[in-house]
Amino acid sequence: MKLTLRIWRQASPEAKGKMQKYVLDDVEPDMSFLEMLDVLNEKLVIDGKDPVSFDHDCREGICGSCGMVINGNAHGPQQYTTTCQLHMRHFDDGDTIDIEPWRARAFPVVKDLVVDRSALDEIIKSGGYISVNTGSAPEAHAIPVDKVSADDAFDAATCIGCGACVAACPNGSSMLFTAAKVTHLGLLPQGQPERQSRAVNMLTRQDELDFGGCTNVGACHEVCPKGIPLATIAQLNHDVLGATLTGARSD
Amino acid sequence: MSELQQEPTAVQGEGRYVLGDPIADTRAPDSPVADRWSDRKFSAKLVNPANRRKMSVLVVGTGLAGAAAAATLGEAGYHVKSFCYQDSPRRAHSIAAQGGINAAKNYRYDGDSVHRLFYDTVKGGDFRSRESNVHRLAEVSLNIIDQCVAQGVPFAREYSGLLDTRSFGGTQVSRTFYARGQTGQQLLLGAYQALERQVHAGTVEVHPRTEMLDLIVVDGKARGIVTRNLFTGAIDTHLADVVILCSGGYGNVYYLSTNAKGSNVTAAWRAHKRGALFANPCYTQIHPTCIPVSGEYQSKLTLMSESLRNDGRVWVPKERGDDRDPNSIPEDERDYYLERQYPSFGNLVPRDIASRAAKNMCDAEHGVGPGGLGVYLDFSDAIERLGRPAVEAKYGNLFEMYERITGDDPYEVPMRIYPAIHYTMGGLWVDYDLRSTIPGLFVGGEANFSDHGANRLGASALMQGLSDGYFVLPTTVADYLAAGPFDEVPQDHPAVQEAVDSTRARIDKLLSANGHRTVDSFHRELGQLVWDQCGMARSKEGLEKALDRIPSLREEFWRDVKIVGTGDGFNQSLEKANRVADFMELAELMCLDALHREESCGGHFRVEHQTEDGEAQRDDDNFSYVAAWEYTGDNQRPVLHKEDLEFSYVHPTQRSYK
Amino acid sequence: MVITPQRNIVSRTWGTSVGKKSVIAVTGAIFLLYVTAHMLGNLKVFFGIESFDAYAQHLREIGEAIVGYEGVLWIARVVLLSSLVLHMWAAFSLWYKAKRARPVGYQHRQRWEGSYAARTMRWGGVIIALFLVWHILDLTTGTVNPLPGESSAYTKLVASFDRWYVSLFYILAVVALGFHIRHGLWSAIQTFGANSAMKQNALKTFAFVVAAVITIGFAVVPLAVMTGLVR
Repeated sequence: MKLTLRIWRQASPEAKGKMQKYVLDDVEPDMSFLEMLDVLNEKLVIDGKDPVSFDHDCREGICGSCGMVINGNAHGPQQYTTTCQLHMRHFDDGDTIDIEPWRARAFPVVKDLVVDRSALDEIIKSGGYISVNTGSAPEAHAIPVDKVSADDAFDAATCIGCGACVAACPNGSSMLFTAAKVTHLGLLPQGQPERQSRAVNMLTRQDELDFGGCTNVGACHEVCPKGIPLATIAQLNHDVLGATLTGARSD
Repeated sequence: MSELQQEPTAVQGEGRYVLGDPIADTRAPDSPVADRWSDRKFSAKLVNPANRRKMSVLVVGTGLAGAAAAATLGEAGYHVKSFCYQDSPRRAHSIAAQGGINAAKNYRYDGDSVHRLFYDTVKGGDFRSRESNVHRLAEVSLNIIDQCVAQGVPFAREYSGLLDTRSFGGTQVSRTFYARGQTGQQLLLGAYQALERQVHAGTVEVHPRTEMLDLIVVDGKARGIVTRNLFTGAIDTHLADVVILCSGGYGNVYYLSTNAKGSNVTAAWRAHKRGALFANPCYTQIHPTCIPVSGEYQSKLTLMSESLRNDGRVWVPKERGDDRDPNSIPEDERDYYLERQYPSFGNLVPRDIASRAAKNMCDAEHGVGPGGLGVYLDFSDAIERLGRPAVEAKYGNLFEMYERITGDDPYEVPMRIYPAIHYTMGGLWVDYDLRSTIPGLFVGGEANFSDHGANRLGASALMQGLSDGYFVLPTTVADYLAAGPFDEVPQDHPAVQEAVDSTRARIDKLLSANGHRTVDSFHRELGQLVWDQCGMARSKEGLEKALDRIPSLREEFWRDVKIVGTGDGFNQSLEKANRVADFMELAELMCLDALHREESCGGHFRVEHQTEDGEAQRDDDNFSYVAAWEYTGDNQRPVLHKEDLEFSYVHPTQRSYK
Repeated sequence: MVITPQRNIVSRTWGTSVGKKSVIAVTGAIFLLYVTAHMLGNLKVFFGIESFDAYAQHLREIGEAIVGYEGVLWIARVVLLSSLVLHMWAAFSLWYKAKRARPVGYQHRQRWEGSYAARTMRWGGVIIALFLVWHILDLTTGTVNPLPGESSAYTKLVASFDRWYVSLFYILAVVALGFHIRHGLWSAIQTFGANSAMKQNALKTFAFVVAAVITIGFAVVPLAVMTGLVR
């Protein structure tokens, strides 16, 4: 396959970036999207040019490192698929592909397609956990958890923290990310004591971090490689409003 | 130990290494194996809470072991700094573990016990692990499940609301706890959240995108690390009272593996070069059910759960080089070789045997798919017998993943699978306390060698990582720190300066080569070489070939590698080159270790040492020891220290799966 | 632990994006109740001039004994106006936050991810607001109505809709209102936390039906005038 790539190149956080055009002649349909970029980078290095920087690690769709906006879609055209698991057979010979980094004030560009997503860690830091010290846990079977809640909690917990929700949201909001954690922990009996304070603390931190607010557009869910349900946001809202009424906050 | 090496008694292995003094674990108490951990905990010294704040701990790596250790030490009140090369601690490669985590809870009342888990693990390790460590692992497994449930890890549950378990890896009890196919992810997120909680509490500082490039040893003690900030390129030093390495395994030496692209041996290797012994590097584990390579450009391999072998049948065409469409190959022209060779276990033989059998078939030109490197895993019988919905319910997500990657529909066409490297049992040598041979340097998780012997059982990696991180390290590190706080090391101490200077010099050397080949092309060549000669089957001849080639490849690398850009900023080629440089050195030690171990055991299969049926043949009389290697200088012969293994509770037997 | 300044419920609510959204949702619910009543009232036009004018008169006289003539109407106006201020203020504040959140946009514009109505809330809201100004000047104050101020409500309505462009603007506005309700109602339910994966489709359908009924309920009046059904 022959492809024309237009890739966002930006040398450093302060530098001005632009779309740069590259032509690749020998792309195999069985290549993954990132392998296609590897091939480009090998060529660039041999030519003495700076290879395209992009984040990636596990390349099996679970670490959440990779992520780029491909032809306007976060993680590209295939649903429930991270960029690393997207394969070139979903493109046609002669296609032009635009590749851009996640765009959000909270995710400043580091270089090319690499952005700094530490804001997501900040949100977890503000309350995305159950406060239990090592060694203080009761016997695992002491508290049964009904299967439906356990399964729903799992569905929310599958979030890989890639940030595609933020990239796709017209408001640049990380609501789905925050909601996934609030829902995961809020559905489990172990998470009840801190449920309201967790929700309001995490949301407050999200608001402080230059993310936009949610307007229930639903683009986040559509691009989410793990299909985190939109209803998690309802759960977050519910817990935040509960906290607003009672004044729950832990700090 | 170091005094005696000056005058080695014997040069071994045709002059390739030197035999040094034996080494022993001096930390495990002498009590009965079941009492050792409680005795050790009781004898461990404690640190006054008021003093803990004054003591600092560096933890390198944020996988299960690293994140758990950092969080727990933070909770205890130490001043902890945690480092990872990823952009967030949550992305460490523990996240990719699929299957589950073993624990001897015996919730099924099926005869499981701590002793049985201990027994299975020692036996599964092909009698090359330390009984004391393994028993502790089995004991601690109980606490791990409690801890993780309390953290909110959403383990699979039954309708009763109680935890579900499944059987895994050929054991006869059902002791594996799981969270669908994403157990590693859920456990890691639990540890990550505990870590972030400590960041919030101010006890832990996380340094993401920060890679350890050297260990600082002052007066014989590990006192700090040299790091490179991957964003800015800044070379920094971090000084502390203790350094803990939980930096994972070295499977990426093979280039193609199921490891993350960034997984590397650098932290462990630099510690090795500073004096820590490296144990059993040749013990690597190969997983039989991975998606095969599709072309030259392949960058990594994807594992599919072993559970597929419960219903899939493995076969190859009887005809060599038969490239017909699999569905058009008639039944009598198919060779169901596992069922033929191992009638009692059939498709469910252990990982190493299934892997080797696939390799043998492909070596004999019966392989299928690109390059003839693949065998079929066929579900058509299962679909006929159980119906498609039942197969879908059991394996739907795996089939989907397979189709996403290969573009083939496994409901219609047999899957193609091939073995791939996915875990390394070897690692830095540690005693019962997980202390390396450098005082103040502790090693946990896959980075150490301790618990799995020559072969790791399924669902045991997560158990070991969390056991080390949550329960073992916090106890033994405190015991070490009880003698502290140690004298502060000044930033301008010669040892600190030397470490920083050598790190800078190395980076400059890499950047100045300005040759003709990319880092990946070297890595690919190295990987292919190690895979061919030190992979699923190893021979004296092949290993010697590799040992001859690796030094010249390494020399070529340093001379001809091409890295664009500078060290002052984000430079992924430079990051890779730094890691590959260390793999180039490790590869040689791996091959040497494999060459010296004239026996087959677990993941280490020497073609010269097999039974008449082609099974691994251990040599307990001569090789029942841990091979701990000492670094003596670049291109110098390493020194081998043997730690004899004693089996007082589980007696070595030969495995058979016929 | 640190005592944070957000100790009273007003600052707690206004202090988070979800709190602001709940303000939009509550005020939106007030509008929805109001427009539903308004639409039902409008439909009286089909029962003739007496019925409609009597209804209009009655609105002024409800609760007269307690709050005086037009008292209820003025209370409603005050509630609606303050709701409107809060609704727009909160929406503007969230719009500003969203705008700040993405300083550099995409070169390759995204396809419409998420519902169309969701994306048009802000401009739809502006259209409705502009219409509201006209609508009040036309039928409440009578400033831009062809008939003098003391004319009956029914005749003013017919006279106004006799102008085709007014009818068109009206219909356009109620369609915008329909879109606004369709996303707004579902969004309010989501904001109050009543959505779940199971109920999501049902709730979206419900919001659609309510929006459609209200849109049609309003649009039939100008259509009836234009087609001569109501004279």
